Amino acid sequence: MEITSKKKYIIVFFITAGIFAVAFIVSNYINDRRYEVIKTTADKISIDILSLETQFELFQESSCASLSNPVLSDEINALADRLSYAENQRGINDEDVITLKKYYSLLEIKDYLVMKKVDSRCDVNPISILYFYTNDETCQDCANQGYVLTKLRDDHPLLRIYSFDYDLDLNAIKTLIAINKIPKEELPALVIEGKTYTKFKSIEDIQKIIPALAATSTASTTTGKK
Amino acid sequence: MDAYSSVVLYIALFFGLYYQIFLLVTFFEKEEEDSEEKEVYEPTVTIVVPCFNEVRTIAKTVTSLLKLNYPKEKLSLIVIDDGSTDGTFAEASKLISLGDIQVLQQENSGKYVALNKGIRLAQSEIVGCLDADSTVHPDTLHKMLPYFLRTKVVAVTPAMKVHEPKTLLQKMQNAEYNIGIFLKKIMGKLDAIHVTPGPFSLFKRSIFEEIGYFKHAHNTEDMEIAFRIQHHRYRIANCPQGYVYTVTPPTFKKLYKQRVRWTYGFLKNVLDYRHMFFNRKYGNIGTLTLPFAVISIILAFLVIGNSLYNFSSSAVESVQRYMVAGISFGWPSFDIFFLNTSSISLLTFIMLCSSLTIILLAWNMVEGKTRITRDIVYFIALYGFIAPFWLAKASWNAVRSKAVSWR
Repeated sequence: MEITSKKKYIIVFFITAGIFAVAFIVSNYINDRRYEVIKTTADKISIDILSLETQFELFQESSCASLSNPVLSDEINALADRLSYAENQRGINDEDVITLKKYYSLLEIKDYLVMKKVDSRCDVNPISILYFYTNDETCQDCANQGYVLTKLRDDHPLLRIYSFDYDLDLNAIKTLIAINKIPKEELPALVIEGKTYTKFKSIEDIQKIIPALAATSTASTTTGKK
Repeated sequence: MDAYSSVVLYIALFFGLYYQIFLLVTFFEKEEEDSEEKEVYEPTVTIVVPCFNEVRTIAKTVTSLLKLNYPKEKLSLIVIDDGSTDGTFAEASKLISLGDIQVLQQENSGKYVALNKGIRLAQSEIVGCLDADSTVHPDTLHKMLPYFLRTKVVAVTPAMKVHEPKTLLQKMQNAEYNIGIFLKKIMGKLDAIHVTPGPFSLFKRSIFEEIGYFKHAHNTEDMEIAFRIQHHRYRIANCPQGYVYTVTPPTFKKLYKQRVRWTYGFLKNVLDYRHMFFNRKYGNIGTLTLPFAVISIILAFLVIGNSLYNFSSSAVESVQRYMVAGISFGWPSFDIFFLNTSSISLLTFIMLCSSLTIILLAWNMVEGKTRITRDIVYFIALYGFIAPFWLAKASWNAVRSKAVSWR
């Protein structure tokens, strides 16, 4: 039976609106599930932080040989990618994303400090770079610096790159910024072996600062000596 | 994705989905008037064949008309040569002995003039026109005529199919025409047909005396007459079983020229009949077909603009990445976490499923098979990329009011 014209227009409108509503609900549900996944990873990171600290305390009581290399785990690298994706999807001002970034930043700082202690005791020479960026449009070169560092990390998997959002409201990051005297207008900034380098640095520039990165062998980026 | 892009996409998706659902709901509704299709209705019929430089196809076109399963005493043909320079008139004249055929010649003055000349000469109850690059199935006339028994129906359109598609573009058009048959059936149910195509549309002869004859109408006289019929609140029916085979442009250049003419004609006729827009007095053509056709052109530009912007942004980013970091080699990894499940992606997916449903229903109706053929793949892969070219050119011409040639 043919539906009268006006009635059909209204029925179709409600069907279309219904489909839109379902799409929004499903999308939100999946986003919430995605957040749960990140949250679970973040919780695991909290445990990792404790584990790292405990491992270091134990290490002080034992030999360097017994220390498993506390390299940032694949999980944490994956979390960085997931956080970056969530930041793109939900926006940089999303409260959940900001909280997770704080977790991530704290773990990075903790790993950085532990590695410095390991280095001083066991004469390990990890190559690490602290990278400060901002999502502000004022920093034209922050994206480019990100590409360079990603490329270096891809080529040298043992290179430790710790990235920090300059604007993240986290006292630990503010302290790092103060210690290394990094003005916002000079971003992007890199801290390599305690020295601060501001403005964009190309792959060649970084290879000059860290000659080990110029070597083709990826294994040479971190050397352990006893 | 910025706010502007999101708003444009949401609006485009809402309109697109609304339109598709409307079509599907209409398709699945039971038709009230289908009893006439089984009836036999045999009035006198005259078919007018206007031609210009069609020496290669005219004999085939006329022969197909002579093979129509229809009482010979009720069918007459008028071939009108519009000042051809290739011997079309001589070729057509050879066919006079084969039946009730008149072959006339006029100075080149346009297709609509030739059509009007033929219609004025006709004495029959029904007149039809047939482009000289088309042929008809022997049963088509018999199947189309009973639709005139419906209330207020003054014109009946056929189901147009592509004659022997050979090139890739013709195969793409084959899919397009098959989908067109399906959509025309739905538009017929909605009384919202806005074109009575040159290949074998039939009219009650008396309607021309009442509402006037064909006009130049921006070289789309077949579109304008349909607008005029709808304006006078008569009905145009569609016969999805009445097959007509037409030769389609084999190359992009020819296709582009044809579609620029069609789109330009549509836009100009829409402007001429703009009073029908959103006017409930004119039924679904005023509230659905015309507004959605124009909105879809506007949205197509916005979506294309948006896609180009996103594509160029992505390209600039890739170049920038290459300039500062070189090329990175490695296999891309798949992680379900990164599957795009934004509402826009989900709605786009639903819209694609809905489009595919329409295509498969069309294929089932026309070809009797529900499967994705090579022609459908060509259509899906190519149409969206090439249609913007003629949409842009025709819109530009319409804005500048630059006329296009019909040949």
